[in-house]
Amino acid sequence: MDLNTVLTITSARHRDDLAHLGTQVAPLAGGSDLFADPQTHLTGLVDLQTLGWPALTLMTDADGPVTESGTTPGLTIAATCTIAELSRLECAPGWTAHPLLHQCCTALYGSFKIWNVATVGGNLCASLPAGPMTSLAAALDAEVLIWRRDGSDERMPAAAFVTGDTTNVLGTGDVLRSIHVPASSLAARTAYRKIALSPLGRSGVVLIGRLDLDSSFVLTVTAGTVRPVQLRYDSLPGAAALARDIVAIDCWFTDAHGAADWRRAVSGVLGEEIRAELATAELEDAPLEDGVRP
Amino acid sequence: MRLQINGEPVDASPAPGQCLRSLIRDQEHFEVKKGCDTGDCGACSVLVDGTPVHSCIYPAFRAEGKQVTTVAGLGLPGDLAKIQQRFVDAAGFQCGFCTAGMIVTASTLTESELDDLPRLLKGNLCRCTGYRAIEDAIRGTHTPVNGSDVTAGADATAGPERGLGPVIKTGPRPGTVGTSLAAPASERVVSGQEPYTLDVTVPGLLHLSVLQSTQAHARILSIRTDAAAALPGVHAVLTHADSPATLFSTARHEDRLDDPDDTLVLDSVVRFRGQRVAAVVADTLAIAEAACRLLEIDYEPLPAVFDPHAALRPGAPLVHGDKDAAESRLADPARNLVAELHGEYGDIAAGLAEATHIVSGSWQTQRVAHTHLETHATIGWLEPATADASTDGDRLILRTSSQVPFLVHREICRLFDLAPERLRVFTARVGGGFGGKQEILTEDVVALAVLKTGRPVQYEFSRSDEFTLSPARHPMQIQVTLGADDTGRLTALKLGVLADTGAYGNHAPGVMFHGSSESVSLYRVPNKRVDAQSVYTNNLPSGAFRGYGLGQVIFGIESALDELARTVGINPFDLRRLNSVGPNDPLVVTHVEGPDLIFGSYGLDQCLDLAQAALARGNGTPTPPGEHWKVGEGMATAMIATTPPRGHYAQASVTLNTAALGPLGERYTVRVGTAEFGNGTTTVHAQLAATALNTTPDRIRILQSDTDAIGYDTGAFGSAGVVIAGKAVLAAANDLADILRQAAAREHGEIPTASWTLEPDGLRSGETFITLADLAERAGAAALRGVGAEDGARRSVAFNVHAFRVAVDTQTGEVRILQSVQAADAGVVMNPEQCRGQIEGGVAQAIGTALYEEVVLDGAGTVTTSVLRNYHIPQLADLPVTEVYFAETHDVLGPFGAKSMSESPYNPVAPALANAVRDAIGIRPTELPMSRDRIWRLLHPARS
Repeated sequence: MDLNTVLTITSARHRDDLAHLGTQVAPLAGGSDLFADPQTHLTGLVDLQTLGWPALTLMTDADGPVTESGTTPGLTIAATCTIAELSRLECAPGWTAHPLLHQCCTALYGSFKIWNVATVGGNLCASLPAGPMTSLAAALDAEVLIWRRDGSDERMPAAAFVTGDTTNVLGTGDVLRSIHVPASSLAARTAYRKIALSPLGRSGVVLIGRLDLDSSFVLTVTAGTVRPVQLRYDSLPGAAALARDIVAIDCWFTDAHGAADWRRAVSGVLGEEIRAELATAELEDAPLEDGVRP
Repeated sequence: MRLQINGEPVDASPAPGQCLRSLIRDQEHFEVKKGCDTGDCGACSVLVDGTPVHSCIYPAFRAEGKQVTTVAGLGLPGDLAKIQQRFVDAAGFQCGFCTAGMIVTASTLTESELDDLPRLLKGNLCRCTGYRAIEDAIRGTHTPVNGSDVTAGADATAGPERGLGPVIKTGPRPGTVGTSLAAPASERVVSGQEPYTLDVTVPGLLHLSVLQSTQAHARILSIRTDAAAALPGVHAVLTHADSPATLFSTARHEDRLDDPDDTLVLDSVVRFRGQRVAAVVADTLAIAEAACRLLEIDYEPLPAVFDPHAALRPGAPLVHGDKDAAESRLADPARNLVAELHGEYGDIAAGLAEATHIVSGSWQTQRVAHTHLETHATIGWLEPATADASTDGDRLILRTSSQVPFLVHREICRLFDLAPERLRVFTARVGGGFGGKQEILTEDVVALAVLKTGRPVQYEFSRSDEFTLSPARHPMQIQVTLGADDTGRLTALKLGVLADTGAYGNHAPGVMFHGSSESVSLYRVPNKRVDAQSVYTNNLPSGAFRGYGLGQVIFGIESALDELARTVGINPFDLRRLNSVGPNDPLVVTHVEGPDLIFGSYGLDQCLDLAQAALARGNGTPTPPGEHWKVGEGMATAMIATTPPRGHYAQASVTLNTAALGPLGERYTVRVGTAEFGNGTTTVHAQLAATALNTTPDRIRILQSDTDAIGYDTGAFGSAGVVIAGKAVLAAANDLADILRQAAAREHGEIPTASWTLEPDGLRSGETFITLADLAERAGAAALRGVGAEDGARRSVAFNVHAFRVAVDTQTGEVRILQSVQAADAGVVMNPEQCRGQIEGGVAQAIGTALYEEVVLDGAGTVTTSVLRNYHIPQLADLPVTEVYFAETHDVLGPFGAKSMSESPYNPVAPALANAVRDAIGIRPTELPMSRDRIWRLLHPARS
């Protein structure tokens, strides 16, 4: 929709241009979130796309010292990378977790046409419980890089970025710069489940299991909880232990996309499916291609 | 900045916060629609350098240097792209408002992507069709009417005993009744060239924005308007001080006394959150909105009530305690009671006393939003009186998105004290209605603004306005008690209804009475009792919605009947056969109905047989694997009167044009009052006229829904488009045919009138032929014109039976529809493909109601589902293909034996689905929607 109170668009070319940001001036990436709601508190936008950040950067051990994007080998996703670009990323050798990238894109409520403009960073910054890029980044134990308003950089686990229903760690003037996925996570086996109140509706819960090469297991619960919740185990837990830990999660919530008690219960069902799938995968060598639970 | 739209260079200066959709429309590319403005519905889809995007969330400035392609860039009438032609051929639209975006999106899909079609089309919402026809258009296929493209299993190849059969595309006389003529507007709709309400440029247009109440119930003590009025570009600030003091109802009916007069254009008391408080008229919408934010309202909060039970209790806050019961026509404003019905036929106590089996239960339905893709909107302006007009002052013109332009005309004249000739109301093609546009929601305030400023003014609802301002389906509590003897024969039927009509009583009496009517009279029971009430609360108003109350009450009654069948131990189809009225039975609610209501034809027996046979035949869809899936079957029946009671009037004329018009050489002009909003009446009118005049529909031009075009039409509601307006068109066409024969006989005095037969180009009698062109020329200015009218004094009944086979996941509460069947008695089907589409669309809306949709309020009057992404209307992925079967009957009232079939397909669906779920899981759902979390909770009561 037209944002009729917005009077200026600043095309950012350098980090210094982000100084325009404020309570009435917001960063603009794809626009699919900003332009989807009235923003009468805004008078200006700062366009981040003109910063020209490379969308997807692959770093291997051979790349030598790493600069701003991360400190470990892996995949760096610019905040301005579109969901379409991410969904099209080709598999690199050893990326057992590669199907998860596309699976998480399909958990976006928006259509594939929204993928063409919506960004990975924008999805994290909207900080909706059902934000699938939050699910993805948290599940892969990605690290986010934040450009603080004062010029400093800060890195933190992506799972800690979203703090509640539409809240996150960013202060006024801060910008999410990138998301770095470590190579070790990309090498892990993953299992993905989503359920909504309708076949392809906005996610009620998204659960992602990750079985690392060292046999450690992490289950990341999103969409049904106000913020990502991770359950970690040294090895695949038993069914009872996993079920108990899922029930113990304390931040389920109710909205038009599902009641809290239902979200908790179906998370138990899907969590067990994930556990069973990865237990089988430990024996066979077959990650699930289509993790969508219709 | 520069860009290209459909290859044409464009220079534009977008506002910094402008979206691409509005920039494109500013260039008069009206083919790009606004359905939601939030990136959810897809009606605004365009290609930017070949990439499909939702233009409503695409920043306009980013289009600099880009090639933008709209649906018109794909092809235009006469030169359609293949995908556009396939939407024409498959009848892949009804109202057509979503179609431009749908086709743009479809144009980007490759053959290999079609397996993923449900996901790829989830961002394109259609509220009319139920998607089967859209999917056929995209795939270039035609799904047979039995829904079966299943090849596995011998059963799947066994066709229905009786039904639609292959769709008849052409016949001996293409386009006459009984053939599947495509909508006359098809080529324009699929290329975005058919104008809707706001698809017009009006020089000097001002925009109106409304300030909505933040209070559920409050008296407005003061409104400070000076800052708003002082804002440059503001032309008027309208408050209750400017409002006419005449009470009215937003609801419109043939008899204006049907609805309580409880509403003012602008009131000094607000009764629900979201109600209009003030309106600003300004040069731009941006200025009008900014001025609204500068208004300072001083409210005196009043006690409010949000629960209909609480509203009836002594001492409850009174929503319209200030109203006079007689003057406003309210049952009892001192009890928040808008309307009530208490009546008994036979002796209910005796009926229950003699029963062997008694079942009883309570059911609750939810608020449902119409979600027509075109939001409510009106443009108004003044036209100076011309020399040949009978007026000496300016004339007010309202171009509006309405199902009832003539009723709007009457009431606006009344409100603003205008002589009838001082007002013209008309509609362009309307982008969906479903009853939601049987209201005055925008016309009144636009009229006020135009009369105040003298300038053209536009008011357009946002999608959130639709959810927070426009009336929803009445939520109802339905209590049913049934008694039956040991064979299952009903001895007693007792119905209780409590409807929440919200803050205003528009449609409250009508919905309550109609809901309790055919739902009850369908059954032959010696003892009946109905106690129904419709009450005010401080919630969003309720209003008219497809089925008009029947869907809610039928949910309760048909669920109770299903329970009775279980108790008695007989098949639910047989229970209906045993107890439904037959063609010789009286129709009884609390007294014998009629005599206006008759069985013009009777096809319920056929519908029951067709649905039961289809369900027994199955469709080859396997049950999902796993013991946690439980399978069940269920059915339900519905009856509906073919038109509203107490008169529904239509006038029509058919003129032999003095010269063939337009590129198609249209020879005749039909003038009719009813509106086209996806109901397909225009198509049927063309078929009726073509049949009567023995011509082809492309020779017929139709002018409609314009108070200047024809004398009168009650409007497009109550399923009246074919059986009332259609009958008037048919009468007018027959009248003209007689006139043409007489004219021919005058030319050839030796040949008797009766021996002339009409042909597309003229009249023939033996070897003698006279052309229509000659007759038109002879007639000259005294054009040959036939007229017709219909008054709806007699009404028939139509039937629908729905059946489902479902699987329910006991772990998650998911309901998966394995088979969906609807059998309908529409009399003689005028246009099989189109009638099938009406049924599929009604079923789709009802599945939305049954499984997904709910306008949620927070208990204090605030709608929390105020955007489309929080209010889930069915997507392609959500719906099965429904098998559609038609009974073969010939109605004695309808044109060529037709009956109405537009509201009624909705009505049996929710109970049929609930009954199937009950069959699957052993627990009866009593609350809509049967969302996954509710079904899960039924199955796991201890864990919730």
